[in-house]
Amino acid sequence: MVVSTKMALEGAHASAQAMRQINPDVVAAYPITPQTAIVQIFSQYVADGEVDTEFIAVESEHAAMSACVGAAAAGGRVMTATAANGLAFMWEELYIAASLRLPIVMSVVNRALSAPLNIHCDHSDSMGARDAGWIHLFSETGQEAYDNTIQAVRIAEHPDLLLPVMIMQDGFITGHAVELVEVAEDKAVKDFIGTYKSKYSLLDIDHPVTFGAWDLWDYYFEHKRQQTDALSRAMEVIVDVGKEFGQTFGRSYGVLDEYAMDDAELAIIVLSSTAGTVRTMVKKLRQEGLKIGLLKLRVFRPFPAQELVAALKDVKAVAVLDRSISFGAIEGAGPIFLELCAALFAAGAAPKVVNYIYGLGGRDVLPVYIEQVASDLREIADTGKVRSLVNYLGLRE
Amino acid sequence: MAIKLKEQAAKPERLAPGHRFCAGCGEPIVIRQILNAIDEPVVVGTATGCAEIATSVYPYTAWNVPWIHNAFENVATTISGAEAMYRSLVRQGKMPERNIRFVAIGGDGATYDIGLQFLSGALERGHRFIYVCLNNEAYMNTGIQRSSATPMGAHTTTSPAGTVIPGKVQWRKPLTEIIAAHHIPYVAQASPSHWRDLMEKARKAAAVDGPSFINVLSDCNRGWRHGTETTIEVMRLAVETCYWPLFEVENDVWKLNYKPREKKPVEEWLKMQGRFQHLFQPQFKHVIEEIQAKVDEEWAGLLKRCEA
Repeated sequence: MVVSTKMALEGAHASAQAMRQINPDVVAAYPITPQTAIVQIFSQYVADGEVDTEFIAVESEHAAMSACVGAAAAGGRVMTATAANGLAFMWEELYIAASLRLPIVMSVVNRALSAPLNIHCDHSDSMGARDAGWIHLFSETGQEAYDNTIQAVRIAEHPDLLLPVMIMQDGFITGHAVELVEVAEDKAVKDFIGTYKSKYSLLDIDHPVTFGAWDLWDYYFEHKRQQTDALSRAMEVIVDVGKEFGQTFGRSYGVLDEYAMDDAELAIIVLSSTAGTVRTMVKKLRQEGLKIGLLKLRVFRPFPAQELVAALKDVKAVAVLDRSISFGAIEGAGPIFLELCAALFAAGAAPKVVNYIYGLGGRDVLPVYIEQVASDLREIADTGKVRSLVNYLGLRE
Repeated sequence: MAIKLKEQAAKPERLAPGHRFCAGCGEPIVIRQILNAIDEPVVVGTATGCAEIATSVYPYTAWNVPWIHNAFENVATTISGAEAMYRSLVRQGKMPERNIRFVAIGGDGATYDIGLQFLSGALERGHRFIYVCLNNEAYMNTGIQRSSATPMGAHTTTSPAGTVIPGKVQWRKPLTEIIAAHHIPYVAQASPSHWRDLMEKARKAAAVDGPSFINVLSDCNRGWRHGTETTIEVMRLAVETCYWPLFEVENDVWKLNYKPREKKPVEEWLKMQGRFQHLFQPQFKHVIEEIQAKVDEEWAGLLKRCEA
């Protein structure tokens, strides 16, 4: 097992530490609250010569991802970080990065999208990018943000994938909160990620290649099929890398993080920091005799349909907590709910499913809300009826 | 520095024949002249536009050099990313120094309009790259829409000449001056009709240790409306009328590269092109005078700048 040091770090600082240890060849980034700490801290590493990185302080987030595309096509390791409107501004380039199969790794410190302007946490930013072709890993804590960032390099660069990865953590709640983070020795991270040699590079002037060709009806479709197949294959790679990470660093990662699910009849599905609140409440409710469990999603893209169906096979009622709205979807449901319903239907599985929209724009998530969800779940399991498909936690109506 | 035609002709083609540019297009002429003039190995980026789609129809490519197309607005940034990677890998000893030159190519839409911020950012950051604007004075790839490079009076599909409005109402953005105001080491304006001048400028741009920019007039006979055989003639006349002066700004020193012996009236240039034909109707004749006045004003300003 590797030697590590416990450090009191903000989540954003934990991500920056991981970036320092990864020592990417190029970072192109732009500041935006609440991601700014990452780009600031990393700039200091560059200024102090702690990394070999060429840091491009671009003039916008669109330029950040544009430069990342050019840099990644030139063959080395490339990272960036953003949030909210910055991620939205990158939208065009997110698709291009994924479609050109460039293994760029990006930290996203989740923040609500405008309007109205709001700097606090929800998941509307990365959920808005859910079909862009990136792998999406969500982190509950600063430790997970750190661990996921290191693993993301291996996942992205896997020769079967060559896909960009975004690692999410909750803005302010995780990004600005100080927690103890085990930071491994630099060499251990260096050894784990290994060296990266791209198959094709713009800088290989002796073997010129064309990147980003014009692609019409006669080939575009096949290329999209290859791309979607690669993203489907990612789940296996994510699992393998998570296991290997555990063997090396002592913290294993899978697709789902299950808590008290063994005999659970009721389940709550959630992403990121709210999993902590739910876990505490599940513990309490278990002591009160309620057979309830927690399913924390670590991977949202590719969507772990099989894993969720298997985990929910004996569950009677499941609540999906969404920190964003898919506007115009059935009853204005959230994206995780929609994906889960599709997965369950396709598998012929039939637990009752209910959706809760929560925490938009940084609205606090109180334990009492989770108790309400548990109480609703009990009623749904008892009656077999979902009175309201989409509900709101902590909303004044 | 001097361009020797015999030597240049012996160099391998970097843009292969078999591309799909229209007959009489100015763009491949400009690209070939510039890439031929640069002796060092090149990595080329192209913005979305004619130069991209005509050279890279999958599974074919006309590029004999490493090439990337990212999107419409961001070729300067894309190339700046590749250049940064090159510097990083060489500095770390992960690859040998190969003396690579990075060339970004964008049309006037990509440069004057949608990509101006990206270009400005890359220039300010000081990446070592050559930006070439293939200025055909409208969005030709999407079917001749006006850009901020389109001259006053020109008919385009979004500044059409009607019974009331005589084509584009505004003059053009002074982009070369705007770029020069970034105080980068080398800025130039050129035309492939004056090929030696253009090629020498490409060579100078490749030699500076920092950003450089060349704004090249690049005739589009489909948009400018003239025969495919008069491309070079039309561009030459743009220079002879002082509509498109040839100059360079080297380390902030302005220099006029060509002064016509006899400054021809701009009307001669306008009448060669269908996009200006409506201006010859009596009710729109005043626009020709306005264009002449603008050309004279800019020319006088340039002469003054180059004398100072």
